[in-house]
Amino acid sequence: MNRKINRRKVTMALLLICVGLLAAVAVSGVLLAGQAAQTDFSLKNQTPSLTHLFGTDWMGRDMLSRTLTGLSMSIRIGLATAAVSAGISLLLGSAAALSRRADGVVTYCIDLVMGVPHILLLILVSLACGKGLTGVVAGVTLTHWTSLARVLRGEILQLRSAPYLQVAVKLGQSKWAILRRHLLPHLLPQFLTGLVLQFPHAILHESSLTFLGFGLSPEQPAIGNILSEGMSYLTTGKWWLALFPGLALVVTVALFAALGEGVRRLLDPATAHE
Amino acid sequence: MKHRLGFALRKLLRMAVLLLGVSLAAFLLMTASPLDPLQTSVGQVAMGSMSAEQIARLEAYWGAGTPPLERYLGWLGDVLHGDLGTSLYFRQPVAQVIGQRLASSLWLMLAAWVLSGVLGLTLGILAGANRGRWPDKLVKGYCFVISSTPAFWLALLLMMIFSVWLGLLPTGLAVPIGVTADEVSLLDRVRHAILPALTLSLTGVANIALHTREKMADIMESDYVLFARARGESKGAILLRHGLRNVALPAITLQFGSISEIFGGSVLVEQVFSYPGLGQAAVTAGLGGDLPLLLGITVISAALVYGGNVAADLLYGAVDPRIRRGAAKR
Repeated sequence: MNRKINRRKVTMALLLICVGLLAAVAVSGVLLAGQAAQTDFSLKNQTPSLTHLFGTDWMGRDMLSRTLTGLSMSIRIGLATAAVSAGISLLLGSAAALSRRADGVVTYCIDLVMGVPHILLLILVSLACGKGLTGVVAGVTLTHWTSLARVLRGEILQLRSAPYLQVAVKLGQSKWAILRRHLLPHLLPQFLTGLVLQFPHAILHESSLTFLGFGLSPEQPAIGNILSEGMSYLTTGKWWLALFPGLALVVTVALFAALGEGVRRLLDPATAHE
Repeated sequence: MKHRLGFALRKLLRMAVLLLGVSLAAFLLMTASPLDPLQTSVGQVAMGSMSAEQIARLEAYWGAGTPPLERYLGWLGDVLHGDLGTSLYFRQPVAQVIGQRLASSLWLMLAAWVLSGVLGLTLGILAGANRGRWPDKLVKGYCFVISSTPAFWLALLLMMIFSVWLGLLPTGLAVPIGVTADEVSLLDRVRHAILPALTLSLTGVANIALHTREKMADIMESDYVLFARARGESKGAILLRHGLRNVALPAITLQFGSISEIFGGSVLVEQVFSYPGLGQAAVTAGLGGDLPLLLGITVISAALVYGGNVAADLLYGAVDPRIRRGAAKR
């Protein structure tokens, strides 16, 4: 083994590659938005070729640029929703530490949200917001905070009995000061990891919701819509409409998952120097 | 024994309180929806052709002006009498629709639940026991890819391969087209359920396998396994006597916790395969503004999930003597 390149450096490099690729997809999607909507009926239903790597659909639109636009949309929605959702987890997780009663309320809310199957809850929230972009964003935001909130709550409950916290209490520090100066710095690594690990889920659920017809409207080149259209052409042998966009989605989500895994490895002291 | 009974009662009570919360939350979400239930159920065209007077009469008939709280209490009272309301889309009692749909969904979900559990546990133990070697890498790789794959795309992929290209299995529905109900054989039903069940199982494996692997790897590094090895026990014996029993507890949690995931997956998978199950009914109800049915399905699915949690809590006691005696407080 090469001693000079340790695992930490390799992980760092992988992280940078992941971020770079995802940023490239996000940006190219925005740039290609015009091209994605361009129709050319002389080129409809073409199988993948060098000029159209992903083929074209029934309106002669280039599937590659449509896929990139859709993925870019998904990434942006995923980033925004996961961030807000992680914020909710942090808020509720720390609220649970305040008092026994608050803890009861938060635990009840977590159990409540976790009791309804994810997709069903997404459908309900999306309906409540009238579907569309608002529906997707609200749905994914309001359903993804539970697991991280549970982790943070558990961590806080454990920390509360730590000697240095009890000393702080005895010294008469206010609850807010304890939270800010002693708890939050301790929770930060877990919070960041949880945040990044929420991206892939957010993207998967956004596309699922749109696929079912409760998300972005059918005119928008969202990845869920592309796959939903691809599904209706599948039985007539137009395999490329569903295969490549789906594969691109899997790669995007996998990149995010790898990103989360890398962040976890770097921030977790137990594995950081393995 | 007595405290186990009290424990079970407390768990059931909490489940009832949570179900009440779920129904109220779902109801409030539906009330908040800007989509006009009258318009979605009657249809925009029919609505346009109706006179204002007709619309007013229809609104009065459905009780559109009643305040939300009164409506919820009315619904709740009826539910306690066993009446879940009438589905607007299917024009049948909700309980009847759910019963029919659940019957066709249940064995699909059950097959996927058992298969993913057994497969996940086996793969997890295999990977955990061979940490760092090729079985571990293989299982980890599979889990990583599959947990990044949306269930509906996997369903599309399998359909593409087995139904369209190879022509081995039907592309959708639960029974063949153009055959009367009493002519449908069991084989037909199984053939139609293979692909949806396979998709659900494949996606369900990842979570269980990864967690079992982690736990198994911890166990293999524990002192008691080291001691067993020093005594000269074979690897198989260690896995069976020390590994499996210790992995059983988290495995039960995961297995019963996966009900929610399997149900969620079935919504997507049934939609792709047009399988007339509960999940597809949920999508139909949501798109068609059939709120009584959607509310009913939400409550039923939540009851399944909570029921699974309670079952897992009770099974701990059966598996682990420490918990049975109440000595170990978790």
